[in-house]
Amino acid sequence: MPNLIIHSIGPGVTIQDLGRPGWTAQGLSTGGAADRLAILEAAAILDIPIQAGIEMMGFGGVFSVDSDMRITLTGAQMQASIDATPVPQNTSVLLRAGQKLTIGGAKQGVFGYLTFAGGIDTPSIMGSRAAHLTAGIGGVLQAGMSLPLGKDTDPLTPPMRLTPTDRCAGGTVRVMPGPQTDFFDPATLARFAATTFTRSPRGNRQGVRLDYDDIPFGLSGGRNITSDLIVPGDIQMTGDGVPYVLLAECQTIGGYPRIGSVLPADLPRIAQAAPGTKLRFNFVTLQEADATAVSDKATLAALRTQTTPIIRDPHDIADLLSYQLISGVTAGDDL
Amino acid sequence: MTKPEICPLGVDGILVRFARSLSEDANTRAIAFATQLKSADIKGVVEVASSLISVRVGFDPALITRQALAQTLSEQLAQPKMTGTGPRRLWQIPVAFGTDHAPQLAEAAAMAGVTPDQAAAEITGQRLRVIALGFAPGQPYLGMLPPHWDIARQSDLTPQMPNGALVAAVRQLIIFAADAPTGWRHIGQTAFRVYQPDTPAPFAFQPGDAVQFCAVGDAELTSLKDRSDTNGGAQVSVIT
Repeated sequence: MPNLIIHSIGPGVTIQDLGRPGWTAQGLSTGGAADRLAILEAAAILDIPIQAGIEMMGFGGVFSVDSDMRITLTGAQMQASIDATPVPQNTSVLLRAGQKLTIGGAKQGVFGYLTFAGGIDTPSIMGSRAAHLTAGIGGVLQAGMSLPLGKDTDPLTPPMRLTPTDRCAGGTVRVMPGPQTDFFDPATLARFAATTFTRSPRGNRQGVRLDYDDIPFGLSGGRNITSDLIVPGDIQMTGDGVPYVLLAECQTIGGYPRIGSVLPADLPRIAQAAPGTKLRFNFVTLQEADATAVSDKATLAALRTQTTPIIRDPHDIADLLSYQLISGVTAGDDL
Repeated sequence: MTKPEICPLGVDGILVRFARSLSEDANTRAIAFATQLKSADIKGVVEVASSLISVRVGFDPALITRQALAQTLSEQLAQPKMTGTGPRRLWQIPVAFGTDHAPQLAEAAAMAGVTPDQAAAEITGQRLRVIALGFAPGQPYLGMLPPHWDIARQSDLTPQMPNGALVAAVRQLIIFAADAPTGWRHIGQTAFRVYQPDTPAPFAFQPGDAVQFCAVGDAELTSLKDRSDTNGGAQVSVIT
């Protein structure tokens, strides 16, 4: 089986897929990729079933494979090259055995994903390969490790690309009402919707804190509430009244009041907002929110129809003469 | 009895909330309703999870609409099936109350107005129930102790609890499994692991399970910790 060799690696790099749903009652959240869309985009670009990829939080590493393998980079835009050749984002690229893939810092966004056409073949725990660090499942990848990969059955497939939904620049995200929205008074809700927030440097796979310049967003009377079930996207008002948006690796129950829930369709915009990025929230009705609900399957099916082949300009092909441009020529008298 | 609230919780979820603050009644109804929904096998429902005061029903919007599911849930709520929803399993779990294993037992007992020996007797003399699992995977909130155990959490957090610590606050006990600071007081120690991710059955408890603690000496608990043929000496039996 092919292997991935990790020569060097940034902090907090983990294997992620779409997580392990179904354990809420036992206190284990689904987890999985902070930007789920990036996992689906990778499957579309490589024309493969959904596979686990390597999630890089702000910084990548140096990797090689011991067998030719198509790869793709999705999510945050990372500085990347194979040997000295730059690697385009959201494109399938052939990484030949022994070549060095170097992935540097994120130019835009936070979470970048490296996906292999053969997938990652580490053991599945409770139906997923995703690391869930707070639950003690899997771990952070380290330099010197090698990971088993599945075989790329057709490494010479012509390259494909996808134009991704831009989600690394912040902006306005849609919020639906939740079970505690009406615990907040209308003036607080209105002030929340009118505030411009800044993504704080404090954030990880569990959630991100949002800074702003105003009085806290608390409940009237500052009353305590009973802990209740929470989901990724929920906007908690922490003890000091500062919003904290929950991401994939959040807990399953929480005791902070929640003003609403970011729609799953817009949650990648929160995950990919680098510290300092401006964000605003727009409350939508329940009907409007429900109209955005799309299954992963349907999203992936749509992405698959949006991939396009790359037509390369011969001027850009440095080793043009090494390609066999014509094949099957005969003298003409053997037909 | 308050009327349950039906609220949205995400584009693929409905929360049925039985009360806005924790009570034994609300928790019992939540666990019973979760059991009822699971056996009702509603098309499009992908997950049913109970918590302290509520049940989240996860659904696939491609198979059922929120409106249709809310209607079905209202019908189910109108016909509660409380029979047969009591505890299905009883756990008996050894716990040590010696000073080394229970550094805050004396303090907690004083707050509850009893001696440490009385405290240990009250904790082991009662069958508790798993009211919810959370904060860390598999970690049980056990209730409810008698009203004099309504002791507040301490404001100075304990930075780290040993795995399996028995901690107390607000008429509840937790068999601690989180790698996080806590304000609950350390009043006993088990050798029981509530969560073992690498095993075929990673979670020991289900919401609604009954738990009975039995006191053991410090030496016995220490030897239980070292044994690999038992999970802390715990025994589970099916309640018939």
